Amino acid sequence: MSGPGIGWYLIVAATLFGIGAMGVMLRRSPLIVLLSLEIMLNAGSLALIAFSRQLGNLDGQVFALAVMAVAAAEVAIGLGLIVAMARREMPLDVDEATVLRG
Amino acid sequence: MGEVIVWAVWFAAAGGCLASGVAVVSLQNPFYSALALIGNLASLAILYLLVSAEFLAAAQVLVYAGAVMVMFLFVVAYLGGKADAPWAGGPPLLRTAAVVAAAALLVEIVVVLGLAWGDDLRDPAEVDDSFGSPGAIGELFLTDHLLAFEITSIVLLVAAVGGVVLGTARERE
Repeated sequence: MSGPGIGWYLIVAATLFGIGAMGVMLRRSPLIVLLSLEIMLNAGSLALIAFSRQLGNLDGQVFALAVMAVAAAEVAIGLGLIVAMARREMPLDVDEATVLRG
Repeated sequence: MGEVIVWAVWFAAAGGCLASGVAVVSLQNPFYSALALIGNLASLAILYLLVSAEFLAAAQVLVYAGAVMVMFLFVVAYLGGKADAPWAGGPPLLRTAAVVAAAALLVEIVVVLGLAWGDDLRDPAEVDDSFGSPGAIGELFLTDHLLAFEITSIVLLVAAVGGVVLGTARERE
């Protein structure tokens, strides 16, 4: 691997994870919370793939593909929940959504 | 010369990645946030290419920037004005606590990485050209990780059924 070593990739992954975590905790719109979750998942994938290259072991890339599938499933369910909330005239604000029953 | 180009591409991709990440978190309009996330995913795909994960880079663009984000933008457009929530709510104390907690997470990650840093992380392993190719990953999926592969398909099926159930209008009260 010419160019940057694994440390550079890990710095980007850690910073990206921090940005995503801040979005999840700070923002109130469930849509933005979902997007921030995607950022956190991708930061984890980047670290997995960087380690996979560093150690010459493809298992990390396989794991990253599984993470991608889980993220797709999570978005499908999360968006379904948000649309269901909007249809019931509930406010789209994670602070207001305090009741689990419909 | 090649080395310089790799570093330049790396810095452009990493900078674009972090900048669009900040944009996703800070923009008020969910539509612009989703567009910024597409930029984030594209620059991540470039980083994947630089660590010889060619198949994952292609899958990232196809699955994420293609399928997932189209669904996301569709929902944002469907919701329209309803999607506008306050930027950040709650008492100022909670907001400060959220920023502090996120910063603490970042510090923890850096500290753990620093503690685990060793000689095996200095020089990358030698790999051949097939590393990260669809063939190599597919072979692993069908041999060593067959169970994970099958479970992933069940997870996706459950998510699809759950999405349909959530999306179907129910009028029984």
